[in-house]
Amino acid sequence: MKYESQRVAMPYFVAAIVLFVAQILFGLIMGLQYVVGDFLFPEIPFNVARMVHTNTLIVWLLMGFMGAAYYLIPEECETELHSPKLALIMFWVFFVAAGLTVAGYLLVPYARLAEMTGNAIWPTMGREFLEQPTITKIGIVVVALAFLYNLGMTVLKGRKTVVSLVLMMGLIGLAVFFLFAFYNPTNLVKDKFWWWWTVHLWVEGVWELILGSILAFVLIKVTGVDREIIEKWLYIIIAMVLITGIIGTGHHYYWIGTPEYWQWWGSIFSALEPIPFFMMTVFAFNMVNKRRRNHPNKAATLWALGCAVMAFLGAGVWGFLHTLAPVNYYTHGTQITAAHGHLAFYGAYVMIVLAIISYAVPILRGREANGEKAQVIEMWSFWLMTVSMVFLTLFLTAAGILQVYLQRYSDTPLAFMATQDKIELFYWLRFLAGVIFLGGLVAYVYSFFVPGEKKASDMGPVEKRAADTDGSPAAASA
Amino acid sequence: MSQAFTKEMARNIFYGGTAFFFLLFVALTFDTHLELPKRDNRQVLDPSTELGQKIAQGKMLWEENNCLGCHTLLGEGAYYAPELGNVYVRFNNSKDAIKGFIKSRPADGVPGRRSMPQFNFSDEELDAIAEFLKYASGIDTADWPPNVQG
Ligand code: HEM
Ligand code: HEM
Ligand SMILES: [Fe+2]
Repeated sequence: MKYESQRVAMPYFVAAIVLFVAQILFGLIMGLQYVVGDFLFPEIPFNVARMVHTNTLIVWLLMGFMGAAYYLIPEECETELHSPKLALIMFWVFFVAAGLTVAGYLLVPYARLAEMTGNAIWPTMGREFLEQPTITKIGIVVVALAFLYNLGMTVLKGRKTVVSLVLMMGLIGLAVFFLFAFYNPTNLVKDKFWWWWTVHLWVEGVWELILGSILAFVLIKVTGVDREIIEKWLYIIIAMVLITGIIGTGHHYYWIGTPEYWQWWGSIFSALEPIPFFMMTVFAFNMVNKRRRNHPNKAATLWALGCAVMAFLGAGVWGFLHTLAPVNYYTHGTQITAAHGHLAFYGAYVMIVLAIISYAVPILRGREANGEKAQVIEMWSFWLMTVSMVFLTLFLTAAGILQVYLQRYSDTPLAFMATQDKIELFYWLRFLAGVIFLGGLVAYVYSFFVPGEKKASDMGPVEKRAADTDGSPAAASA
Repeated sequence: MSQAFTKEMARNIFYGGTAFFFLLFVALTFDTHLELPKRDNRQVLDPSTELGQKIAQGKMLWEENNCLGCHTLLGEGAYYAPELGNVYVRFNNSKDAIKGFIKSRPADGVPGRRSMPQFNFSDEELDAIAEFLKYASGIDTADWPPNVQG
């Protein structure tokens, strides 16, 4: 750790992992409710479990992004954070607000929560992913503003790099597009239209800037490749992201009452969205192949490479699968959607947060990398979680194809619930994959408690020489 | 990447491309809002009418009970329970059938099966929800879903 204030990243990372565990437990509850319909009914109805599952996901990813930014910005800008104290206060505000919101979901009926928090005054609740009470949403905005102020002041006084600039643009975009969550007209078509300005322009827009910059940072650190090269890649990747992804929003405007020309705009532009994901994969492997050092943190490199590959698979391949309007006509709102949602979120955003945690946390704990044993366990958790997520996706895809055929395509369409009964087997298999995923997560958490560190004497000569690279040609050849 | 292609060129493509396509998106958004009155069934929403107020109330109830946490509506939401954007049509254009269904859910669920909660809505609330779903079924969704099963 180069700057003392980078330490504020730690509570954000810890909270992210805690919420990750909660997310998965509620995922499993739902996975069981899919096949044992009355499991925990009426105590925890499916919709409540789902809110907890998706909202903890979003909050822990945001926690991860914030931790990443607090770690990365001082190092990139070569200066202490503007106010570590503000960062810590905001951590607690955010964590307590998230905790109270989840408690609200679980302890009182949702309608009661809406009443208690005055939803009628400014109704924003009850829309997918944006279920939080309006005051929680306002809290998120306040935390985001304080966060951006803190980072902005740091960037202004320090060295300006492309990595920090792109990260800042992504984070500002995140805050700006969240504001559409406050617009909720009675007109359902308008409601849906603008809802996607938050949801799509997040995951297929500004969040990819965050993803790209964190990936670039980790790659600079673990490979020691010249910054110039990495920054050029970063620019061209994010250029492709926004050139394809903004109009690509149209792939959500096929069947919600919007004009039919969106079938063309949406299909053509979103079909190009896999390109930047593919470039990310090529980029990551290229940089690792050209590495000028062998960083002792093998696990972090594995997460970074894994992230690039899985993001391409989940977002690029599984996204393309159902993005053309004639296909989407049949797959819209089926298990195919859920399959894609899982692999895309996991590959792109879960894995990038785990990559930066894997890189930064050992350093925050005073060592360049974890010991051999801890790394081996972490890499086991990588494979367990990643492979089980691929299987979870494959099972949902199989369920989805059958669902589309039985309910929408065949000459004698079955009713929704009748179809669900017929594809039950795949839901059981999905649950099994989820249990293995949980096993991987347990191994992941355990890896933090394995003692021992990598000593400098364990490093090879190449490693020692470039042990503190910043991606500048001078540092690596010194 | 080759040396001839510089970082500055990449940066310019990023800023230029983003600005251009964002503006194009704004223009399409603007045009969409001009076209919407023909498709979005807004004539029933007029808040000065009783029907308009009912639908607004129905949408609020839809949201405050998180119906979208199990169902899809025009294909968006959760995939645990049936599509409701066309439920009015599926129930033979009958508001009463919708109300009857919601009203008759057993509080403890159906053993072993996915069950919908009993929300204990008043008759007035039930009517508002049914009107909201009827309104949704009148939106022009380019012929989606493929059939009445949703
Ligand atoms: C990391 C990036 C991505 C993430 C995290 C992501 C996530 C998601 C999620 C969660 C949904 C479901 C939304 C809902 O509940 O209604 C969704 C829908 C969709 N995504 Fe993605 N996605 C990503 C990238 C992509 C890309 C690159 C494509 C196209 C190539 C794509 C195509 C689609 C389509 C067509 C739908 C609508 C499915 C439907 O009609 O039901 N996604 N995505
Ligand atoms: C133990 C593993 C998991 C299980 C069993 C599980 C199960 C589920 C279930 C049953 C749903 C609801 C689908 C519906 O609406 O009918 C869901 C939604 C969702 N889960 Fe998971 N999940 C798991 C892990 C994850 C992970 C690791 C992520 C993030 C990478 C994730 C992200 C999501 C998202 C984004 C949605 C909303 C999808 C959409 O709207 O299309 N889940 N999950
Ligand atoms: Fe999208």
